[in-house]
Amino acid sequence: MSDAIDILTSASLWAAVLRIATPLIFGVLGALLCERAGVLNLGIEGIMTAGAMVGWLTVYMGADLWTGLLAAALTGMAVGLLHAVLTVPLGLSQHVSGLGITLFASSLSYYLYRLWVEVGDLPPTIVAFEPVWIPGLSELPFAGEVLFSQMAPTYLALLAVVLVAWVLARTPLGLALRMSGENPHAVEAQGLNPLAIRMGAVVAGSGLMALGGAFLTMATFNSFFPSLVQGRGWICIALVIFASWRPGKALLGALLFAFFDAFQLRLQTVVDGVPYQLFLMAPFVLSIVALVLVARRARVPEALMLPYRRGER
Amino acid sequence: MRFERRADVSPVALVLAPFAAILVALGLCSVLIAAAGVSPLTAYAEMLRGAYSSRLAVTETLTRASPLILTGLAAAVAFRAQLWNIGGEGQFYIGALVAAGLGHSLLAGFPVPVAIALLMAASMVAGGLLLAGPAFLRLRFGVDEVVTTLLLNFIVILFVGLMVEGPMKDPMAFGWPQSVPVEGDLRLPDLVARSRLHVGLLVALAAVAVVWVVQMRTVFGAETRAAGLNPRAAAFAGVPLGRTLMLVAGLSGGLAGLAGAIEVLGPTGYVTTNMSPGFGYAGIVVAMLAALHPAGVVAAAVFVATVFVGADAMSRATGVPSFIADVIMSVSLLAMLTALLFTTYRVRR
Amino acid sequence: MTTPSRPVLGLNRITKRFAGLTANDAVTLHLDKGEILALLGENGAGKTTLMNILFGHYTADEGEVIVNGAVLPSGQPRAAIKAGVGMVHQHFTLAANLTVLENIIIGSEPLWRLDSRRAEARARIADIADRFGLPVNPDARVGDLSVGERQRVEIVKALYREAQILILDEPTAVLARQEAERLFATLRGMTAGGLSFIFISHKLHEVMAASDRVVVLRGGKVVAERKTAATNPAELAELMVGRQVARPSRAAHPTGKPVVEAKGLSVDERGKRELDAVEFQVCEGEILGIVGVSGNGQAILGRALSGLARPSAGSLTLQGTDISLLTPRELIRLGLGRIPEDRHAEGMVGELAVWENAVLERLHEPTFSRRGFVRRSAARAFAAELIGRFDIRGATPETRTRLLSGGNMQKLILGRNLAARPRFLLANQPTRGLDEGAIAAVHAELLAAREQGAAILLITEDLDEATALSDRIQAIVKGRLSRPIPSIRADARTLGLMMAGVWEAHDAV
Repeated sequence: MSDAIDILTSASLWAAVLRIATPLIFGVLGALLCERAGVLNLGIEGIMTAGAMVGWLTVYMGADLWTGLLAAALTGMAVGLLHAVLTVPLGLSQHVSGLGITLFASSLSYYLYRLWVEVGDLPPTIVAFEPVWIPGLSELPFAGEVLFSQMAPTYLALLAVVLVAWVLARTPLGLALRMSGENPHAVEAQGLNPLAIRMGAVVAGSGLMALGGAFLTMATFNSFFPSLVQGRGWICIALVIFASWRPGKALLGALLFAFFDAFQLRLQTVVDGVPYQLFLMAPFVLSIVALVLVARRARVPEALMLPYRRGER
Repeated sequence: MRFERRADVSPVALVLAPFAAILVALGLCSVLIAAAGVSPLTAYAEMLRGAYSSRLAVTETLTRASPLILTGLAAAVAFRAQLWNIGGEGQFYIGALVAAGLGHSLLAGFPVPVAIALLMAASMVAGGLLLAGPAFLRLRFGVDEVVTTLLLNFIVILFVGLMVEGPMKDPMAFGWPQSVPVEGDLRLPDLVARSRLHVGLLVALAAVAVVWVVQMRTVFGAETRAAGLNPRAAAFAGVPLGRTLMLVAGLSGGLAGLAGAIEVLGPTGYVTTNMSPGFGYAGIVVAMLAALHPAGVVAAAVFVATVFVGADAMSRATGVPSFIADVIMSVSLLAMLTALLFTTYRVRR
Repeated sequence: MTTPSRPVLGLNRITKRFAGLTANDAVTLHLDKGEILALLGENGAGKTTLMNILFGHYTADEGEVIVNGAVLPSGQPRAAIKAGVGMVHQHFTLAANLTVLENIIIGSEPLWRLDSRRAEARARIADIADRFGLPVNPDARVGDLSVGERQRVEIVKALYREAQILILDEPTAVLARQEAERLFATLRGMTAGGLSFIFISHKLHEVMAASDRVVVLRGGKVVAERKTAATNPAELAELMVGRQVARPSRAAHPTGKPVVEAKGLSVDERGKRELDAVEFQVCEGEILGIVGVSGNGQAILGRALSGLARPSAGSLTLQGTDISLLTPRELIRLGLGRIPEDRHAEGMVGELAVWENAVLERLHEPTFSRRGFVRRSAARAFAAELIGRFDIRGATPETRTRLLSGGNMQKLILGRNLAARPRFLLANQPTRGLDEGAIAAVHAELLAAREQGAAILLITEDLDEATALSDRIQAIVKGRLSRPIPSIRADARTLGLMMAGVWEAHDAV
């Protein structure tokens, strides 16, 4: 018990929370953008994998880390464009298309990695992001380690939360995006193009998702390997529902999950006799529980998953 | 560009669609093969050779196809009823675990065929119950089953790992952890001597026949079909939607669980955490390529098995990474989806 | 009214074809400034298609639209809005989860702007609301508004985009009589400010009361144009329909014992009392008509009688036996026939064949199944019989049901119910969206069933239909039922009052 309290009061736990939450934040924001516009993007797991691979590979081939992030984002947007074309103008099943995209993007990533990278006994590594150093702030007790010594992409993720929230709530573009997810006929009746808006949202959201994957290979770990994403994408899909499709709540959800993850990781080292698989299962079980608790009250975007076909009422 | 609904879907188009999709997939993937410095034609030839050139190869391909037929059937049955069962992988593993667990300790004293039948039945029950959970959550709480079945996959696979490294661990096995095996003769007999091909293939084909008859001829099949196409109208006509959904879940999960059982009772007799190279997810591809028709599932499963078995051999022969198989499959899925669109809609300016 | 008329809008030879159907055929009409023009026609006459072309939802195959002298680029709602054309759609183009303000300003600002100018928008909306007498609350969530309020939002939305020409598609379909009258009074006031209106309707009394001119469409063509003052309902009706279609008349008929009775029946849904202590009685050989404006509880009454809604209080009995808790299947087994309100969404599974839909409700009967297996030949024979007996055109037992026209689909639904010789039949909006020929056929079948002793509950919005078919009539208002009156006593005024909830007037009867 005292072990647990020790863990809860340690700065390293809370610093880890923000670190672990970063890919989830990017993923949730990305999924949220797609779904608010009316498109379910189950390609997230594959897009994160692709972002992870391309980001890492770009750095491995000599570029700097920020170029790697950019390459990852562009990759995500390209894959997202494919999903967008299949589901928006063609109106194919968003479920099946998304799953196909996940399978496609993942397998293509593994294929290209195997093709272009020599893998010996251990996978090759890159020099990953380091925690930042802010003179004065980083030295503060507790807060210094937790808030001011994170890696740069983590701050980017937090900035993204603010940006996405602002765009959705306060800009005409955000309103058009939201309405495309509620009633695309209304969007068309006001002279806008709901198809273009939906596609744009999917592309942008996919870019964010890919950044989440890139964080895994460029910060959390420093190499790429199969099953790297380990279901984080699906957890993000559950988190979007848990967050009622709102950026602020999405951030809270990601932090909550990261907390449980960080806590159980440290708990494992002090608790004997409990199979590690139970700890690994925890986030998935938690996701299901969260879904059940929230499901009844969820205010789903009304046109989510309904393809919009012009002239068809 | 506008889509206009066609008056009727021609059955010829439905049969041609998967072929068109596969051709497109193979075409697109030849770019990837060329990027590996290998001629695509050589590569595909090696694939076919790897899958069919010898007796061993053919039996290997068919062995691979057996569980795929069942997981494909599982996905097709569920999707037809608008139940998005993405949990085939987890249902497979739970069926395998139950077959291995019961087969090791509990079934002494029964005549072998009876015991095997009981093991398969138990696996089906396990798989069915596993899917019944998400189905119930959807009925009662409106929780989307796509996410819950997906998350359950991870939970089940971790649970299998827990069991195989713990209570069910085989102390005699070295290297990769595996479960204690089933009793000596509780194994499916070989279909072709001195090969891995076992009676499981016949079990899978029998399942296809049963599902086909149920869907086309029975009242349950008719009601399920109506409920999948237009739930409101079906409810109005008296079809009990909740009960129908749960029965479909039981059937679909059961079929995937059965796949796990035959993979245990056939090739090896025990469970490992990596015994499935994605049978559950591949089942979804199989179901879509078959346009959700039971008969098509057999052909699609053989195709997918061909690609996987062939890709392994091709990879050894040419150096093209074997992941190309997954790429071919996923592109086939997306191409099939698009092809199906054009069988239902006509494009107009 | 001596101001010279100037056309603000002209449609020239507009033609639009869909697969195998010419929805608009060389339609030519014009609209003058300050005028209220009614576009009259039956369902399927091409009115909504024409207006959709005008607003840019569809592109015309031939012809052009001219607004204030300039040709309007086709197929672009944005161009129409810029030219000052606004549309209030029949199915409101509003997002229920967003606020009134958001619904109004969408599309009005360039997308690249970093911050919406909301304070300005609020001021403009308040100004419009004042000027035209259309009060709206910008911060209300649209999903919480009543139908009338939502319509007001739609109108303000169009005015916010500076529309000078407003198209209203069936604006009174969901309004009660007084609300409809208020709407038209408001429109009349707005014409003084230079606005011009076209409204689509199939209701003669409305067209007569509210418009300056009327254009009649039939089968996609303009068949007549009249100054409203110079015509009358009978002439318009004949122009609309094109021929004298005799609707069957009801002969007096002795009624028997009560078959279905409701006493104090209440149904709650989502915490709200949707049906409030209703009482009615339908006897053998009679048709009881329930009239009301759409949205007053008809749907939930239909659901309660179909086994799809659980009563929270009161009783519902079939010849004495309580049926309030039975499932749809059990009700069907007891001989209750139901014709649903929405034939596409509830009545038929469009992708199935005609024979499959014909027997879907009765699969568990020994005629159609044996030991769990469907008796396909028996089912097909039954379907063939229905097609013959009920004159269902364009169908064989194998035809995919969604290919049938609305009227033929309704005949199929009616047929499959009547062939089972039900003791009780619920007919919910049985002729909605049908042409005159189909309406006559449906009425004939209902009256024939009545003569054979069936007890029929007819729920309808069409007052003419109610008085023609029913022996007794009750009105449904906000989930409550008035007491029944014999239909001989149901004149327009009495019915109007009943539907407005004024029930004391006939209590003295």
